[in-house]
Amino acid sequence: MNPNNYLYLSAVLFSIGAVGVLVRRNAIVVFMCIELMLNASNLAFVSFARVWGNLDGQVIAFFVMVVAAAEVVIGLAIVMTIFRTRRSASVDEANLLKY
Amino acid sequence: MSSFSGAVTLAVDAPVAVTASGTFSLIWLLIGLPLIGAVILLVGGRRTNAFGHWLGVLASAASFVVAAVLFFAMLAQPLDGRTQRQHLFDWISVGTFKVPADLRLDQLSMTFVLLITGVGTLIHLYSVGYMSHDRDRRKFFGYLNLFVASMLLLVLADNYLLLYVGWEGVGLASYLLIGFWYFKETAAVASKKAFIVNRVGDVGLSLAVMLMFVTFGSVTFDGVLARASQASESQLTWIGLALLLAACGKSAQFPLQSWLLDAMAGPTPVSALIHAATMVTAGVYLIVRSNAIFDAAPTAQTAVIVIGAITLLMGAVIGCAKDDIKKALAGSTMSQIGYMVLAAGLGPVGYAFAIFHLVVHGFFKADMFLGAGSVMHGMNDQVNMRRYGALRTVMVATWLTFGAGYLAIMGIPPFAGFFSKDNIIEAAFSRGILVGLVTVVGAGVTAFYMSRLFVMTFHSTKRWTEDVHPHESPMIMVVPIAILALLSAIGGLVLNWNNAIVSWLEPVTGFQEPELAVSKLGMEGISLVVVLAGAALGWMLYDRRPVPEMAPAGNLLTRAARADLYGDAVNEAVFMRPGQYLTRWLVWFDNRVVDGAVNGVAATIGGLSGRARRLQTGFTRSYALSMLGGAALVAIALVLVRL
Amino acid sequence: MTTFPWLPVLLVAPLVGATAVMLLPKTSDKLAKQVGLVVSLVVLGLTIAMALNFDAATGDRFQFAVSTPWISQFGVNFALGVDGIALVLVALSTTLVPIVLLAGWHDADDSRGTVRGYVALILTLEAAMIGVFAATDVFLFYVFFEAMLVPVYFLIGRYGGPRRNYAAVKFFLYSLFGGLLMLASLIGLYVVSGDILGTGSFDFTTLASMAIDPGTQKWLFAGFFIAFAIKAPLVPFHTWLPDAAAEATPGTAVLLVGVLDKVGTFGMLRYCLELFPDASRWATPLVIVLAVVGIIYGALLAIGQTDIKRLIAYTSVSHFGFIALGIFVMTTQGQSGSALYMVNHGFSTAALFIIGGFLISRRGSKLIADFGGVQKVAPILAGTFLVAGMSSLALPGLSSFVSEFLVLVGTFERYTWVGVIASLGIVLAALYILLMYQRTMTGPTPDIVAEKVHDLTGREIFAVVPLLVVILVLGFYPKPVLDVINPAVDRVMHAVNATDPAPSVAPVAEGTAK
Repeated sequence: MNPNNYLYLSAVLFSIGAVGVLVRRNAIVVFMCIELMLNASNLAFVSFARVWGNLDGQVIAFFVMVVAAAEVVIGLAIVMTIFRTRRSASVDEANLLKY
Repeated sequence: MSSFSGAVTLAVDAPVAVTASGTFSLIWLLIGLPLIGAVILLVGGRRTNAFGHWLGVLASAASFVVAAVLFFAMLAQPLDGRTQRQHLFDWISVGTFKVPADLRLDQLSMTFVLLITGVGTLIHLYSVGYMSHDRDRRKFFGYLNLFVASMLLLVLADNYLLLYVGWEGVGLASYLLIGFWYFKETAAVASKKAFIVNRVGDVGLSLAVMLMFVTFGSVTFDGVLARASQASESQLTWIGLALLLAACGKSAQFPLQSWLLDAMAGPTPVSALIHAATMVTAGVYLIVRSNAIFDAAPTAQTAVIVIGAITLLMGAVIGCAKDDIKKALAGSTMSQIGYMVLAAGLGPVGYAFAIFHLVVHGFFKADMFLGAGSVMHGMNDQVNMRRYGALRTVMVATWLTFGAGYLAIMGIPPFAGFFSKDNIIEAAFSRGILVGLVTVVGAGVTAFYMSRLFVMTFHSTKRWTEDVHPHESPMIMVVPIAILALLSAIGGLVLNWNNAIVSWLEPVTGFQEPELAVSKLGMEGISLVVVLAGAALGWMLYDRRPVPEMAPAGNLLTRAARADLYGDAVNEAVFMRPGQYLTRWLVWFDNRVVDGAVNGVAATIGGLSGRARRLQTGFTRSYALSMLGGAALVAIALVLVRL
Repeated sequence: MTTFPWLPVLLVAPLVGATAVMLLPKTSDKLAKQVGLVVSLVVLGLTIAMALNFDAATGDRFQFAVSTPWISQFGVNFALGVDGIALVLVALSTTLVPIVLLAGWHDADDSRGTVRGYVALILTLEAAMIGVFAATDVFLFYVFFEAMLVPVYFLIGRYGGPRRNYAAVKFFLYSLFGGLLMLASLIGLYVVSGDILGTGSFDFTTLASMAIDPGTQKWLFAGFFIAFAIKAPLVPFHTWLPDAAAEATPGTAVLLVGVLDKVGTFGMLRYCLELFPDASRWATPLVIVLAVVGIIYGALLAIGQTDIKRLIAYTSVSHFGFIALGIFVMTTQGQSGSALYMVNHGFSTAALFIIGGFLISRRGSKLIADFGGVQKVAPILAGTFLVAGMSSLALPGLSSFVSEFLVLVGTFERYTWVGVIASLGIVLAALYILLMYQRTMTGPTPDIVAEKVHDLTGREIFAVVPLLVVILVLGFYPKPVLDVINPAVDRVMHAVNATDPAPSVAPVAEGTAK
């Protein structure tokens, strides 16, 4: 099977994720898009592992998953607190950290 | 330069100094005694108020006793053993620049030591009476002692740098004493002016010392003067001119003369001691001491003569117009020092006469200043001669003693000035007709303004203000004046006996008989006629005719002379005004431009970061976009580099 | 006695004192000052004992040397040692600290910071000052050079006058900027030494003996020189000084101008000249111009000031011009004169700042125009101020004269006209000192001055008199200091390969003149 197809899929998924991060306001959706991008890169790593015939790519994919899990825990906690205090999960409204 | 004939002895042949021992190991005491007096009086503070003035007199008198002992010890020495050097300690030693703290006592410094301590002690004594009502009398004596110590250091130093210490030391003492009545604005300003104008002269002295070091690798008298002939004439000329600048500052010679008249704001004993008898003659000492340099630098000598001649006439003209008795006397001092400087510029023919005149001038000018102080004492400290008159009736002793000084300064035989001034006039004529004429005219003008002063004060009619009750001064003031009057009367005769002073000084200064077109007696006759004419004019104008109580407007020259021949006006226009503008502009420049640049850099950086801050909008998605853009750029860059 | 670790003890003693003072309870102000004074006097005693053990004539260049590896990866050693110049500057620092504490006994009483903090900061500063003069490792020198800024920053920023924040930040940033350039040069020097020697080094003696390529030298020199020129300060890097000195307490100003700024001129003499001799000779014309401009410009600005403390600060700008001039004319007289000038200027400026500070605190104003006739109500204050002023204008017989004249002679023998122009500084010095004296001390006494200004108290006299005595003694007998300085200067002269010009008339052999 041609590994290029997996890479095309990975690129498409990554682009969908990136556009989602840029255009959506809801923090939860943004999060999901980030996960989509991470998983797109995971798919690419796994494909490359297959292409080169070693395990490095798969190992890194596991690392990414672990880091992503940790990130989700902290990120969702932050989103929850923001939602509780402001009754909104819009990333545009949480703009206090500026000049 | 005219060719000299006859026997010329130059000071280069002077015997080498011998290390002081025996009686001569007391040399340091000359300075030490008044210095200790000054330290006790100034550090001791109010505790010494009760006895301070007597301690001051004692310190000065003890120094005089030591001087007298040393003088007789010196007389007992053979000619080549009279130059004594005492090594105190090593002062500065860096590389080849070695300056020992050595004292040198030879005939020249001995003469000065006797004059300073002798006249100084008399003036100390006089001040006990004169300053008796001043609450700071103790401090006054402390300063006087400090002055005597510094002046002695000046004349006893064996090198130019140590001389410099004494030179500025007397400047400091003069500053403190002119400004003694510091609560008077005029006194404070005058003292500052004196110090600063003197400092201009001091630049000359320091340049001279530096030139000497560069030329000879030494600043000691032996190291410089004995080898002067080996240096090139241009080097010696520069050294000579620098020394002349120094002398102009200290001796109030043109163009640095302006401080002396203002210095009269000090107490009268100060004017007598510092601004007449001793300190202001330090410039003459410096030139005569450096005779080996001037002998080999004719251009510098000519400059000395010219400066002396200008000041001689300037001082005399100013003396003619002043109504303030002290300022008239100060003009006269300028003029008389002009004589000495001129004589010193004549070379070996004049050095000894310059010192001769210096000594007798010390007698008669101190006498007259103290007399003026006595008059002021009796006249409620008034100084305006237009409100004096006929004081001979109430102040007989002052009148008589002042009269001795008056006759002495005019040069009426056998009073002291006759011998010294006549010698200078003869020496001047041997240099050239013009120089000679200046000195003769100066003598005539001197006779005129001194007669004017004498008549306006002691003769003519009473013009006293109502509140004054003139009276004779106490004995403690009269006795010192009387001694000085006696010295003014016979001092010249004694010192000139068998050419005593000339042969005494000859080993140090060298000597050459002046060459005259007219006989000596003829010269004396001519100058006497001129003097008598000047005096007669003075008596006619001021004794026969009433003296107006308000000064008449006067002609152009009188007004110029009253304004000190515009010396201050020139200083103000050329230095002070532009200087004030310059400093004000520089302060602006430093605050706005130099510091402005520094603060400007800070402000620019601050401003730029203020702009850059605006990029931090707080919109998460715009950050995400820039991250994506950045990542894309990096990716493109990587691809491009790979290509 | 030779094995006694003089310098480490000197370095640690003030730090121990500072810690002890900080551990005292907050309320015991008086105790804090007393402890501080005792510690500083002990340090002074140690310095005197050390100086007596110093062998100027025959000993090694750096004496009392100690060295332990510090950051061995970069060849950095904690190396201390003093030559003659460093020794006299250490002595200057340790002499001024107790005087400053005693004179400024009440300076910190009504300020924002605590009194114990003030004392501790001054003691910390003392340690840093000793360290900077005693370091023989260039990296260590740099560390102390920057460490000095911290206590001074707090001393100005917490205990200073109304514009203290501005002055403190300006001082700190300006100095830091210079320090940064020096750091860059320092790293460059390390790299160059690695190229030449194989392994990099920060040891001063090793670095000084290297022959660095002249082109590289210029760049490295520039970094060091600008840092020192800011510190000294030379015109046009001087504007932080009047602000800092005017806002600081008198005691801080004394240490700032009297000692800290000497690090700049000390650095030029020790580091610029010896590490980069070729570049120093190359830069000589520029430095001489800056120095002469500084002499005249600083003096003229001093004349134009209306504030006593700023006036004194500007006189120092003029004096630092003299010091830099003496260093860069490359003659024995000039450099010895400069080294001596550093000491003398420290004492005379200290006296001026301290007595000026007494005057200002009594009247509650720094403006010259607010004074007049002080001599009548406070004769001792006026008298001591006059002596300090006379020393500042280099009156012969007082200490500054010897050094100023040596600098002038040293300049004159190589650059005649520069010497002549610099001599004009003599007249200007008389102007700025006497104008200030006349306006503050003489004339009629206004009522408000008579009411507020009283004469010096016993404590104040006790603080000032040692300074005046030193000024007088060094004026007539500078030999002890000169004897210590001269061998060190000879080495510098040797390092830059310079010899004094010979007099034009051949000198007589020694002894024949006698």
